[in-house]
Amino acid sequence: MIKVENLHKTFGKLEVLKGINCEVTEKEVVCVIGPSGSGKSTFLRCINLLEEITDGAVYIGGAQVNDPKTNINDIRTEVGMVFQQFNLFPHMSVIDNVTMAPMLIRKMDKKSAEELALELLDKVGLREKADNFPQQLSGGQQQRVAIARALAMKPKVMLFDEPTSALDPEMVQEVLDVMKALAKEGMTMVVVTHEMGFAREVADRVIFMDGGYIVEEGLPSEIFANPKNDRTKAFLGKIL
Amino acid sequence: MDFLFNLRWDIIWNYRELFLQGIWITIVLTVSGYIGGIILGVFLGLGKTSKKKWIYWPCKIYVDLFRGTPLLVQILIIHLALIPTIFGHSLGVMFSGIAALVLNSAAYNAEIFRAGIESIDKGQTEAARSLGLTQGQAMRKVILPQAFRRMVPPLGNEFIALLKDSSLVMVIAVNDILYAAKVVAGAYQKFWEPYLTAALLYLILTFVVTKIVAYVERRFSIDYNPRKNKGGRVAR
Repeated sequence: MIKVENLHKTFGKLEVLKGINCEVTEKEVVCVIGPSGSGKSTFLRCINLLEEITDGAVYIGGAQVNDPKTNINDIRTEVGMVFQQFNLFPHMSVIDNVTMAPMLIRKMDKKSAEELALELLDKVGLREKADNFPQQLSGGQQQRVAIARALAMKPKVMLFDEPTSALDPEMVQEVLDVMKALAKEGMTMVVVTHEMGFAREVADRVIFMDGGYIVEEGLPSEIFANPKNDRTKAFLGKIL
Repeated sequence: MDFLFNLRWDIIWNYRELFLQGIWITIVLTVSGYIGGIILGVFLGLGKTSKKKWIYWPCKIYVDLFRGTPLLVQILIIHLALIPTIFGHSLGVMFSGIAALVLNSAAYNAEIFRAGIESIDKGQTEAARSLGLTQGQAMRKVILPQAFRRMVPPLGNEFIALLKDSSLVMVIAVNDILYAAKVVAGAYQKFWEPYLTAALLYLILTFVVTKIVAYVERRFSIDYNPRKNKGGRVAR
């Protein structure tokens, strides 16, 4: 589904990603963990080209994302993304946030787009908030709307960039629950997270990144129970 | 304070038609200058947010040039030098006057548009692009609707500033309010009456415009107050 080959990313003189190789298969849930500054968010943002790729290649469903001939907008419709800061559109009601892209890009008519949106809002438990505006919702509710908004494009892959890091502690679980349900349905997911409990429980594979490299990867049970690399040990020792 | 009682307001009354025409001309100048300035300003402002150097630099130079020189000088250059050079002859003082106001206010509006667009969080563009919207669609559906709300107050100020600045076109003999005052002053060698009248007329116009701007602000610049959106949807 996703294939990353020798991915390099530099910001000016700073090399953030120093050659990442990885593959995510269909229906797989991959959690990316690591200390801040390790490049995990940048890695995620390179997958749908929110960051320009300096060198290497990323393929989604066979198409090379950073090939100039590829229409990146088409690829992005297949790749949903959820941000740390939610980034809901504040000038639109909740339901309009969800229906905008399907109507604009998939050319859905208003009625079926709204049906779809209500179905998705139901799924994230916020059907009754359809007519509210984002700033009337709590952080956890906003993030769940953001997930519904991404799902409205019926993506094949979902990318989560620290989806619970900006939330008050009591709201973390409601977002994780939605993600868990999504994983159970067989969505392919790449999740950058600090929620080790979630990674342990839901991930099929955990990737540990540090200093711009993938240092270690494997089953969550292996990584959390006996990490092999010293840096992984040190990191997990600090946070578990 | 004797002079106050010796003012001869009857001469203003005698020239009332000249003043009425002046009011009309001032309104025409300001409104057409403003509309033209907004249209041109949008493009300049978008150009100034562009990453492409060949778009960015001409827009930046234009804006710096028009903001860095006095409007009075611009009016004279446009009327006496630029238009005769391009067209071979004058196109009339009204044309020159409006052209100068459009070109000048566009530079100021460009900065308002640029600042408005850049004030919107980058995450908004990213969220829109990650859904598959093109740069243009993200701009139209997500960025501009939010940016416009923030632009309303400064654009209102610009309208009031332009109304007052329009008096400068008197220098090329456009028959606006100030021109009427000057004619009367010249004819009677009286200065209090005509210039006070001009000041009062501008004051009334800016007062009216301020009220309009305040209304538009109330209507548009509120931050997504949901109560304003009632009636859009009913219970389903």
